Amino acid sequence: MSYTGHFRVWRGDAEGGELKDFEVEVNEGEVVLDVIHRLQATQAHDLAVRWNCKAGKCGSCSAEVNGRPRLMCMTRMSVFAEDETVTVTPMRAFPVLRDLVTDVSFNYAKAREIPSFVPPPGLAPGEYRMAQQDVGRSQEFRKCIECFLCQDTCHVVRDHEENKPDFAGPRFLMRIAELDMHPLDAAAETGLDRARTAQDVHGLGYCNITKCCTEVCPEQIHITDNALIPMKERTADRKYDPLVWLGDRIFRRDK
Amino acid sequence: MTAVERHNYDVVVVGAGGAGLRAAIEARGQGLRTAVICKSLFGKAHTVMAEGGIAASMGNSNPHDNWQTHFRDTLRGGKFLNQWRMAELHAQEAPERVWELETWGALFDRTKDGRIAQRNFGGHEYARLAHVGDRTGLELIRTLQQRIVALQQEDFADAGDFEARLRVFQECTVTRVLKDGERVAGVFGYERESGRFFVIEAPAVVLATGGIGKSFKVTSNSWEYTGDGHALALLAGAPLINMEFVQFHPTGMVWPPSVKGILVTEGVRGDGGVLRNSDGKRFMFDYVPEVFKDKYATSEEEADGWYADPDTHRRPPELLPRDEVARAINSEVKAGRGSPHGGVFLDIASRLPAQEIQRRLPSMHHQFRELADVDITAEPMEVGPTCHYVMGGVDVDPDTAAAGGVPGLFAAGEVAGGMHGSNRLGGNSLSDLLVFGRRAGLHAARYAQALTASQRPAVADAQVDAAAAEALRPFSAEPAEGTDGAAPAAVGAAGGAAGGAAGGAAGGAAGGAGGAVAPPENPYTLHQELQQTMNDLVGIIRKEQEMEEALTRLADLRTRSRRAGVEGHRQFNPGWHLAIDLRNMLLVSECVARAALERTESRGGHTRDDHPQMDRRWRGVNLVCELASPPDQLAAQDPAAGQITLRRRDMPPIRADLLDLFEKDELRKYLTDEELGQ
Amino acid sequence: MASIERPRPPAGVHTPGRAAIPARHLRTDRWWLAPTVTVVVLTAFVVYSTWRAFANADYYAAPYVSPFYSPCLASDCVPMRGGADLAVFGPWWGISPALIVLIFPLGFRLTCYYYRKAYYRGFWSAPPACAVAEPHARYTGETRLPLVLQNVHRYFFYFALAFAVILSYDAALGFRDPAGHWGHMGLGTLVLLANIALIWAYTLSCHSCRHIVGGRLKHFSRHPVRYRMWTWVSRLNAHHMALAWASLVGVAVADLYVYLVASGAFADPRFF
Ligand code: SF4
Ligand code: SF4
Ligand code: FES
Ligand code: FES
Repeated sequence: MSYTGHFRVWRGDAEGGELKDFEVEVNEGEVVLDVIHRLQATQAHDLAVRWNCKAGKCGSCSAEVNGRPRLMCMTRMSVFAEDETVTVTPMRAFPVLRDLVTDVSFNYAKAREIPSFVPPPGLAPGEYRMAQQDVGRSQEFRKCIECFLCQDTCHVVRDHEENKPDFAGPRFLMRIAELDMHPLDAAAETGLDRARTAQDVHGLGYCNITKCCTEVCPEQIHITDNALIPMKERTADRKYDPLVWLGDRIFRRDK
Repeated sequence: MTAVERHNYDVVVVGAGGAGLRAAIEARGQGLRTAVICKSLFGKAHTVMAEGGIAASMGNSNPHDNWQTHFRDTLRGGKFLNQWRMAELHAQEAPERVWELETWGALFDRTKDGRIAQRNFGGHEYARLAHVGDRTGLELIRTLQQRIVALQQEDFADAGDFEARLRVFQECTVTRVLKDGERVAGVFGYERESGRFFVIEAPAVVLATGGIGKSFKVTSNSWEYTGDGHALALLAGAPLINMEFVQFHPTGMVWPPSVKGILVTEGVRGDGGVLRNSDGKRFMFDYVPEVFKDKYATSEEEADGWYADPDTHRRPPELLPRDEVARAINSEVKAGRGSPHGGVFLDIASRLPAQEIQRRLPSMHHQFRELADVDITAEPMEVGPTCHYVMGGVDVDPDTAAAGGVPGLFAAGEVAGGMHGSNRLGGNSLSDLLVFGRRAGLHAARYAQALTASQRPAVADAQVDAAAAEALRPFSAEPAEGTDGAAPAAVGAAGGAAGGAAGGAAGGAAGGAGGAVAPPENPYTLHQELQQTMNDLVGIIRKEQEMEEALTRLADLRTRSRRAGVEGHRQFNPGWHLAIDLRNMLLVSECVARAALERTESRGGHTRDDHPQMDRRWRGVNLVCELASPPDQLAAQDPAAGQITLRRRDMPPIRADLLDLFEKDELRKYLTDEELGQ
Repeated sequence: MASIERPRPPAGVHTPGRAAIPARHLRTDRWWLAPTVTVVVLTAFVVYSTWRAFANADYYAAPYVSPFYSPCLASDCVPMRGGADLAVFGPWWGISPALIVLIFPLGFRLTCYYYRKAYYRGFWSAPPACAVAEPHARYTGETRLPLVLQNVHRYFFYFALAFAVILSYDAALGFRDPAGHWGHMGLGTLVLLANIALIWAYTLSCHSCRHIVGGRLKHFSRHPVRYRMWTWVSRLNAHHMALAWASLVGVAVADLYVYLVASGAFADPRFF
């Protein structure tokens, strides 16, 4: 049940590099990462690749397979024809370090820019009470394994390096949504309006909801529908909807 | 002297899994400058793989639960070999540690009244595991990671620098703990990305590196689990205990081959999944051991009733501790009643409605669909044992997590030994990480705080040079006979890279030229042979001759690993990384094999075919592994002698009030008459 | 798909420091299919609806009224017995009455989150498909005028609700015979019913609707009714794309049907 597969793997570093052709054994039930490992063990000992869990849980093995951002450990070889050339490149939105390994520090920098959870004053540990339906939305976002495939595919930064300083990217806009929907987050009490800053500071407006982040998310999080669009709506409440603004003033609605 | 980057911190934490991050948070919380070093990216640690939950007797699901019950379950699971004080602290402090996570933003699944929901798990008397679906480990790591970011944001607000007091060095590997006399002085390591060496001087080092699973072929562990912390401790002069106890998780995937070993959460059984053999029989009823007879159901009706009404039914035998279930599966397969790919069937499809399965076990559903083409809501899974966890580890003080004999060295999490005795209960690892991670961070901080500036240890240059030379050896590996010509070229490659950052590329060119001659030993081949050896000869069922054979093979691998050579340059070179890690894997594998050979009984994660019974006289004995010869002579070991010496040590007697938590009858199964007499 | 190389200053995926790969993308699947279909179908719809909107004829075949011409706010519509013929605007200089009302459904769909995705991808190539480099040198998304106006979508949603009510009324009138007596049903009745069902489904599955009924709440548990509604809308919302297309086709078909009947090309089969 094995055959010889054709692989083209990008090799190089920030200085330059190219796609290199390999002929390599492929066995039944294997994923792209297995084949990359076989290359490493037999033909290219120093082929650089990140991976950890090999089960789609850690988000380390992100790369682009036939031009699509994917986890190598969750891309089965059976989706390719035996005579198909499988092209594997590093993520193309981030600077490359070597071979399939990219410098993802952009994402860690963005993570630091999002204000953290603000614990509710007056509640001691163990006193938190939250209903399941209230935590459900944020829990979906917390499934994120930080593979950064969404960050990689988002055209706002992939195609426009100059937008990087102004745009947090889908993963971290989703983090804002997660905190804004957290039933006990007390950011508002400290004067932090997460929805407003999503637009004003973290670049929500750059997103044109074209949904590529959702398309590539290996955790199948509905990033656009459940995080980005609701955040756009919440921003609209604050910034573009005089009626809501007025209503909130008059009724001081409890949310 | 080798040119290396130097940093200065108060506390260095090696490892950024649950224990490491919790330790770092605590040390930083004590106001100390703290560095965390991890082999992967920040937030990718193996803890993310933990699925089931965090065991803590919060009593949300069953108000009868309390720390005493948790303590009892832990000791039963570990067959009374646990460091009882650790088990006590663990049971007492786990709830606080879980609640604390909520204040950092964690979102566990909830009960109807809004508290943290708890689920059933093997060996736990009550539903006790705080969880988030089946991705609890991810929640834990992410929460701690985000807590660290929050602390860094505070520092940024104070000092204008995110990393003023807490810095994560990601994708770095530590190869040596440096010492000043007896005391810890810092760590030596390399950046995986650039291959550059660095030294962090610090009076206190917390090891939180996790386990050793990558020495086995079928394992649920990631590549990071090469026993680094175990080896670092040994090399620094600290002993390891209980290394013979290796947990094989009963349910790993068995097919397709490329995912063999990947974990299937115990939550499947906790939520109603049952094990069947090829005859369709629920075989676990035949494997309830004597010591657990009165705690587990004897019929399917009784077992099934338990899920809804645990107070009047006994538990289903599928929820026996992991060692029992793993052995049972092993026997079924050996008896020819296995599934097509050499496992048994784990069936949840016929037990819960499809929707419920998807809700409770989303990542299992995903994992099987994506990797094995199996829809677990419609068909049974095929599962078999997989190397999962090592109970053994650094011998630590139960209260402070300080490693024995090396002031300034601490260890927490899987790398620390004792807490789980001979077998760990599911869910106890995540709580262990939190409880002892915090303690290690706290006591490391106190230790560092107590030193005045003049008392701080210093790092001697000679040690740095020795460590650098050791790390570079794979580039100038001793060639096999007849290929002498390879050496100079390979040395050139390493030398070029050693020159610094820009040297990487130059070294690459030289390395490429040197690579024209085949390297003496392929580190990947050595690693595969090591894994095969451990899997076949020191695996789930052990025999004296096989382990002796294993020791011979390990000695052979050790000499050959001296010749493990790599090509290319130092920038992100996985072959080189593996060659360095081999040292650690060989060290810990020898510990496992030697200790397993010595212990002539079966207990928990150690099963001897030639000594199938548990022996009460072995109950109070720890096997202690120490380095046989000075670490700098490690390379020159004579193959026969081995690197490890073993000694027996009696455990401190269990405190009387803790013993009183058990029935006398039960204690009689574990303790000798003298112990009971006292 | 071989991609065409154009000499451009190194930007986007060709930014120095990123992996040096000359191709703009390496996708091997038919990624261009979806944007092409979008362009074709939307263009066809625009052409058809423009023609029909300007035609100012054949939009009423008692008892059926074309959805393009309802409500009729001008005074010069053909008389519709009992229909939404409100004549609030005077003759409007003879311009087709459809133009007055079509602004609203047009605005609704133009600012719809789904259609935005579709036309940004299809017409604007921003991006043409995921991981396929877009041709623009600069990109500011919806941060400034005019695109920042997309944020008014919720107001169009309110209007869309009103339109849905009116079109429901029109559909109900389809149960009267041309003389105005109840108890009639023809194929046209079914067409209008199907159309209005799709319109409702599309309108209620709107993201703004989802936000308004419950999405904006922080604590669902304190608002059980709104939570229930949010759950329903969310379920519909998951199919928003399909509903957007289906209702678009539905409107066109309903109009075409009325046209065919009104122009005499086809006789409405009557069931009772
Ligand atoms: S939907 Fe928004 S955030 Fe997601 S990829 Fe598209 S533009 Fe980026
Ligand atoms: S949201 Fe999805 S695609 Fe983005 S980082 Fe998280 S898991 Fe990856
Ligand atoms: S290796 Fe962990 S996600 Fe692929
Ligand atoms: S109609 Fe599409 S989102 Fe409102």
